Amino acid sequence: MSISRRIADNQPDHFAFSAENKKKIKTILAKYPKERKNSAVLPLLDLAQRQHDNWLPMKAIEAVAEICDMAEIRVLEVATFYTMFNLKPVGKYFIQACGTTPCWLRGSDDVMRCIKDKLGISSGETSACGKFSLLEVECLGACVNAPMVQINDDYYEDLDYMATSELIDRLTADDVPPAGSVRGRQGSQPEPAPTSLTKIVPFPGAKKDKGDDHA
Amino acid sequence: MLNDKDRIFTNIYGWQGADLASAKSRGDWDNTKALIKLGHEEVIERVKASGLRGRGGAGFPTGLKWSFMPKEVKDRPHYLVVNADESEPGTCKDRDIIRHEPHKLVEGCLIAGFAMRAHAGYIYIRGEFVNEAKALQRAIDEAYEAGLLGKNAAKSGWDFDLYLHRGAGAYICGEETALIESLEGKKGQPRLKPPIPAGAGLYGCPTTVNNVETIAVVPTILRRGADWFSGLGREGNTGSKLFCISGHVNNPCNVEEEMGIPLKELIEKHAGGVRGGWDNLLAVIPGGSSTPMIPKDICDTVLMDFDSLKAVQTGLGTAGIIVMDKSTDIIKAIARISYFYKHESCGQCTPCREGTGWMYRMMERLVKGDADISEIDTLHDVTKQVEGHTICALGDAAAWPIQGLIRHFRPEIEKRISAWRAAAVAE
Amino acid sequence: MITLTIDGIEVEVEEGASVLQACEAAGKEVPRFCYHERLSIAGNCRMCLVEMERSPKPVASCAMPAGNGMVIKTDTPMVKKAREGVMEFMLINHPLDCPICDQGGECDLQDQAMGYGAAESRYQEPKRAVENKEMGPLISTIMTRCIHCTRCVRFATEVAGVPQLGAIGRGESMEITTYLEKALASELSGNVVDLCPVGALTSRPYAFQARSWELSHTSSIDVMDALGSHIRVDSRGNQVMRVLPRNNDDINEEWISDKTRHAIDGLRTQRLDRPYLRNAKGRLEEASWDEVFTAIKKALGKAKPEEIAAIAGDLCDAESMFALSQLMDNLGSPHKDCRQDGSVLGQQGEGSYLFNSSIAGIDETDVIFLIGANPRHEAAVLNARIRQNYINRDVKVFRLGAEVDLTYPVTELGDDARLLETLVQKGGPVVTALKRAKRPMIIVGQAALRRKDSMGLLDLVGQLAKQVDLVKKDWNGFNVLHTAAARVAGLMLGFLPGKGGKSTTDIISGLEKGNIKVLYNLGADDIDLSHRENKSFVIYQGSHGDRGAAQADVVLPGAAWSEKDGIYANTEGRVQYAQRVTFPPGDAREDWAIIRALSAAIGQTLGYDDLSGLRQAMMAAIPALGVTDQPQSAKLGKLGRRQAMSASPMRHAIGAGSGVSFYMTCPISRASVTMAECVKAFEINDKAEAAE
Repeated sequence: MSISRRIADNQPDHFAFSAENKKKIKTILAKYPKERKNSAVLPLLDLAQRQHDNWLPMKAIEAVAEICDMAEIRVLEVATFYTMFNLKPVGKYFIQACGTTPCWLRGSDDVMRCIKDKLGISSGETSACGKFSLLEVECLGACVNAPMVQINDDYYEDLDYMATSELIDRLTADDVPPAGSVRGRQGSQPEPAPTSLTKIVPFPGAKKDKGDDHA
Repeated sequence: MLNDKDRIFTNIYGWQGADLASAKSRGDWDNTKALIKLGHEEVIERVKASGLRGRGGAGFPTGLKWSFMPKEVKDRPHYLVVNADESEPGTCKDRDIIRHEPHKLVEGCLIAGFAMRAHAGYIYIRGEFVNEAKALQRAIDEAYEAGLLGKNAAKSGWDFDLYLHRGAGAYICGEETALIESLEGKKGQPRLKPPIPAGAGLYGCPTTVNNVETIAVVPTILRRGADWFSGLGREGNTGSKLFCISGHVNNPCNVEEEMGIPLKELIEKHAGGVRGGWDNLLAVIPGGSSTPMIPKDICDTVLMDFDSLKAVQTGLGTAGIIVMDKSTDIIKAIARISYFYKHESCGQCTPCREGTGWMYRMMERLVKGDADISEIDTLHDVTKQVEGHTICALGDAAAWPIQGLIRHFRPEIEKRISAWRAAAVAE
Repeated sequence: MITLTIDGIEVEVEEGASVLQACEAAGKEVPRFCYHERLSIAGNCRMCLVEMERSPKPVASCAMPAGNGMVIKTDTPMVKKAREGVMEFMLINHPLDCPICDQGGECDLQDQAMGYGAAESRYQEPKRAVENKEMGPLISTIMTRCIHCTRCVRFATEVAGVPQLGAIGRGESMEITTYLEKALASELSGNVVDLCPVGALTSRPYAFQARSWELSHTSSIDVMDALGSHIRVDSRGNQVMRVLPRNNDDINEEWISDKTRHAIDGLRTQRLDRPYLRNAKGRLEEASWDEVFTAIKKALGKAKPEEIAAIAGDLCDAESMFALSQLMDNLGSPHKDCRQDGSVLGQQGEGSYLFNSSIAGIDETDVIFLIGANPRHEAAVLNARIRQNYINRDVKVFRLGAEVDLTYPVTELGDDARLLETLVQKGGPVVTALKRAKRPMIIVGQAALRRKDSMGLLDLVGQLAKQVDLVKKDWNGFNVLHTAAARVAGLMLGFLPGKGGKSTTDIISGLEKGNIKVLYNLGADDIDLSHRENKSFVIYQGSHGDRGAAQADVVLPGAAWSEKDGIYANTEGRVQYAQRVTFPPGDAREDWAIIRALSAAIGQTLGYDDLSGLRQAMMAAIPALGVTDQPQSAKLGKLGRRQAMSASPMRHAIGAGSGVSFYMTCPISRASVTMAECVKAFEINDKAEAAE
C-alpha cells in the first residue's frame, strides 16, 4: 500500500505540541542519554497522537522528526511499523478486538459479530455516527481473560455477545464502564474462587506470622 | 501442588495493593542493601546456583547470561533492559506482575543491574499495556521517593536509575535485539548476531535483556536462597513458574506452580479441568503460540518443564498453555496463529517476510480443504525452508505450530481436503 | 590474520573480515543480494547462507565474522537446499516480467535463479502487487519487483548522506519509498539503480531504450568534473546509450555523479555537425571545410602575431590543446590561456595547482579546511568520500565560504575571505586543528582562485601552510579542487600566457580594444565576447552550438569527448585515457585533426600526421603527460603574492547560490534534457518550497 493510501486524505496544515506536552517532552527526553534523542520517537509519536484525536497527521510526524533529530522518512518508517499509530482518523471509541487463537477459542467471533450487529462495522471501519471504529488486532496479552477488546486505553475482558452488547450500549451513552473483567473477576484468578493464595501469605522472616483472609 | 508458602508472587491476583507499603508487607525491599552487599559476582553465582532459566521463552540460564557482561565497566556504560513486551499469544503473566507485583520487578532491576554493573535500566513495556505502564511508573516513582532507586539506591552504595519505555505495537520487539533497536528509536528489526547484546547492545553498550518474570523472581531467590529455589522442580528445570491457562478450560487463569507439574494436574487443579472433561481434550499448545501443539495422549502424562516438553518435540516457551477441546477446528486454530506471524513479521529477511504469508495463505486453503493432498508436504517443506534460515526466531515460531499440526493431525487435514473435493464433485 | 577452512581449503584473511570474504579468498563464489562491499551489512536476503561446523543452522556468511579455526562449507546439500529455499521465497512474489524489464540480462536475481531456482513454481497463492513510487526524474520504479534488500536505503543514508529513502510498513507489506514520494535529492542518486540487484529501481531516462546484450562497452574517463571518474560507456550503433561507473578505489570507488551518468543525452542535441561561416548579413551559414580554412587563413594573414590569441575550454583533450599551443607558437603569439574562468593558477609550479594529497589521501586525513570549495556540487563523488571518512573516522571539516549542506557536519567560518589574514596573524580553532592534525588538508576551490584578490589569498594560504606544517615528509596537504576536466592537462602543457602574453581577461579586453584581432576559441563556452570589436575575428572549435559558437565568425565542428581518443589529467594530475565510443556526427572531426589540417592550410604544418605521432611529440615535450594513472604531487613553491584582500564574499564555483547549477556546467550538460528536468525537480522546486 503506497503512503498516500496509508494516510488520511485530509491532512492538517499545521501541528504543534501543546504547552503541557512540551513539558512532558522534556521529561521524556531526560530518560535517554543526551545524544540519543531518537529513543524518544515512540513516546513522542504517542504523545502527538493523544493530542490529535488519536491519529497522527504528517505534520506531527515532521514535528517529532525535528525534536528527535531524525530524518522524516525514519519517523515515517517507525509510524508505519508499529500498529498503535493511526495514520487516519478513528472514532471516539477505538475498539481493538483481539482475534488471535486464545481469544478466538473463547468466542472472539461473537464479540466481532455483536459489534457488526450493533454498529454495522467490520474491522477497519468506522461507524456511520463516527463514534466507533473497529480493528481486529493481534494478541493483546490478556489470554486467560479471553475474549477481550481494548477500547482506547482500557481492556474489557471475559466478554461474550451479551456483555459486548451492553458495553457498546454504555459507550453509546458515553457512560464508560470501568476497565477489566466485565463480570468482576479479580485479575486473572480462576473462577469462582482462587485455587491458591486463598489467604494472605506471610513472607519468611515477617514479624507477624499469621495468615489473614482476603478482603 | 506448590504450597502457598513457596509462592513468590503472593499478590499475583491483586487482592492486595501494588503500592510500596503493601509490597513491603509481602517482603519486597526487605533489606535489599544486604543482597547488594553480596557483591556482583556472588549475586551472579547464587542466581546460577538456583538454576533459574529465563522465563521469556528460550529458557537460557539467567546467571550464565549475566556472566557474559564484561567484568569491568570501561568506556561504555552497562545497561539492564527488561523485556515487558509480553506478546506471545497465550501469555499474560508479566502483565500480572506489572500491575500487582511491580515492586518485585523494580527491586529485581536494582539487584540485576547491580550484578551486571549497570547504573541504568530500561523496562520496555508493550504499548497496549497503558494501565499496566501507569501502575509500573507509579511503583518506580514510589521507589525513587523512598530512595530505593537513584543515587545510592536502597542505601546500597550503588547508583541505579530505572526508566520505563513504552512500545507501540509490534510483537517482534519481544525479540531482544529488536527490542533494543526499538528502544533506540528505530523499527523493531532484529539485529544480526554476533555481536550479542552483552558485547554491543543498547547504544552499542554491553546490555543484558531479561524477561519481567526472570528479574522479578531474583530478589526472592536471593532472600530465600538458591537451594530453596533449586529444591523446587527438578534438575535443570528448577523453581516455580507462572503458568497461563487459556482456551477451552472451565476456569482460565494464571497460576504460579512448581516447574515440572504434570499438565493434566495443572489444568484440573487450577483451571477447573478441560471443558467437557479431560476426555474431551483435543490438543494443547503448551508454551505460547510458537510451540508445537501436543495431542491428548501426550498431554495425559507430560510434565510442564523445559526438558520434558522438549522431549515431546515442543517447548515450555512462556508457559502460555492454550487448551483446545474436541469442538475445535484445529486447522483454523493454527491458521489463525499463522496469520498472527504473518502480521507480526518485521519484513526484514526474506524467508520470514515471504514465508509467513505463503504459509498463512496455504493454511487458509487447508481450513477449507481447498488443496491437493500433496500440498501438505509442500507446506511442511515451506516451514522447513523458513525454520533456521532467518535472522531471528520469528521464522521458527511461525514454522513450528504448522509442523506440530501436520505431525499430529495430518489425517484431519487430509479428511478436510477429501471432503472439499467430494463437495466440489457433487456440485 | 585469521586462518579458517573453506571447503577444505585453508585461507588467511584480515581480522574483521567476514566469512563471505573468506569464501571469496578461497575462490568460492557466494550468491548475495543485500551484501555490498561499500555498504553496511544488512544480512537480510539470506542468500549467502553457508554451513559452519558446530552450528546446527546455516549462517549468513556476509554477517558472520571470520574466526580462527572456523570450518565452513559452501557446497553441501544443506547449503544448496537452504539457498534454493531462499531463492524460492524471493521468487514467489516477484513478477515474471523479465521480458519487459530493463534489468533483464544483467539482473542478479535472474542470474542466481539460474543456479538456485526451480523450474516450476509451487506457489499457488495470489502474487503481491506493489504500487510504484515517485523518486524523481532519474529513477524509475517498478516496486513489485523489489526484493527488499535495502541496498538503496543504505546507499542514500550512508554514502549519499541524504536520508530520504526508507522502508515503510512491515512484514510482507514493507515498501521502499522516499518521504511522501519526494524526488531523491542527491547528486549521486543514479547509483541506487546500479545497486538495485533487480529491476525495481531502473534508470528513468534509459527506460526501454535498449537491452543490455545489444550494447557495446567501452572503458573510458568522465569529463563532467575534474575527478576523471572511471566509467563504462555503453553504446549501440553510433549512439551512447548509457554511462556506468567502473570500480576504481583511488578515484570514484564505484560511484559516479548523476551528471556523469545522465548528461549523455546532451551528446545528441545542439550538435555542430558541419563548419559554419558568418556571412555578410552577420548570420552563420553552412560552409565547407575549404571555405572555413580559407576564411581563417585570410584573417590570420591580416593579423600580426601579437594580435592572435587562443583560449581553451573545460572539456578539451590534452592532444588538441597541445596542437593548438604549438600552432600558436608557430604563429608567434604568446597569448594563450586554458583558464577561461580567469583563474590565476599555473605559473607557480605544479604543486600550486594539484590536488597533492590525492583523492585517496582523504582516507588518511584528519582535518580538512575548505576554502571557497563546495565539493558536493563541484566533485560529488569526492564529497561522498569525505562523508565516508566523517562517518568512519570522524574527520573534522572547516569551511571558509558560502554555506551549503555537504551531508556531514562542517564548522562554518563565514564567507569573508579576509578571515585568512586573521587566521595567519592570530590563529584560531581551525589553525589549531590543522596544526594538531597528522594529515591536514586544505582544499582550495575554483571560486577562491577566480577572485580579483586570489593571488593574495594564495599568499595567505601559503603562509598558513607553513604555520601548520601542511607539507610533511610523506604528506602534501595543499589541494586545489578543479572543476574542469581539461584544466590540469592544460596547465601541465603550459597552455598559458607566454612571455608578454595575455591571460583570458586581457585577451577578451584586447578583442574589445582592438589589439587582439583573431581569437582561436577551442571549446570555451563560458567567456563573454559580446563586446568585442566588430572587425575582430573569432574562430570557435567545439562540439555544441552553445555560447562559444554563437559568438564566432567561423565554427569548426569538433568531436565530443565520447567521439575521440583523448588524454585528460584529473585534479590530482593523474593522466588518463578516454576512449572513443562513437563517431562524431556529420562533418565534425576529432579536434587535434582539425587543428592539424588547419595548420597545413595556413602553411604552418604541425609535425605529426596521426594521434600517436602527436602523443609522442607531446610526451617528449611534457614528460609528465606520459606517466599514466599516477596521482601527481609536487613541492609547494611560493604561493601567490602579497595583495590586499577584498571584502567580497567567498562564493562557490558551482551550486549554492553561485548561479551555476550542478546539472548544467558545460555545453553537453546544458544541452541535456535530462539535466534540465533535474534542475526543474531539484532546484526550481526547492526554491519554490523555500519561498513558501
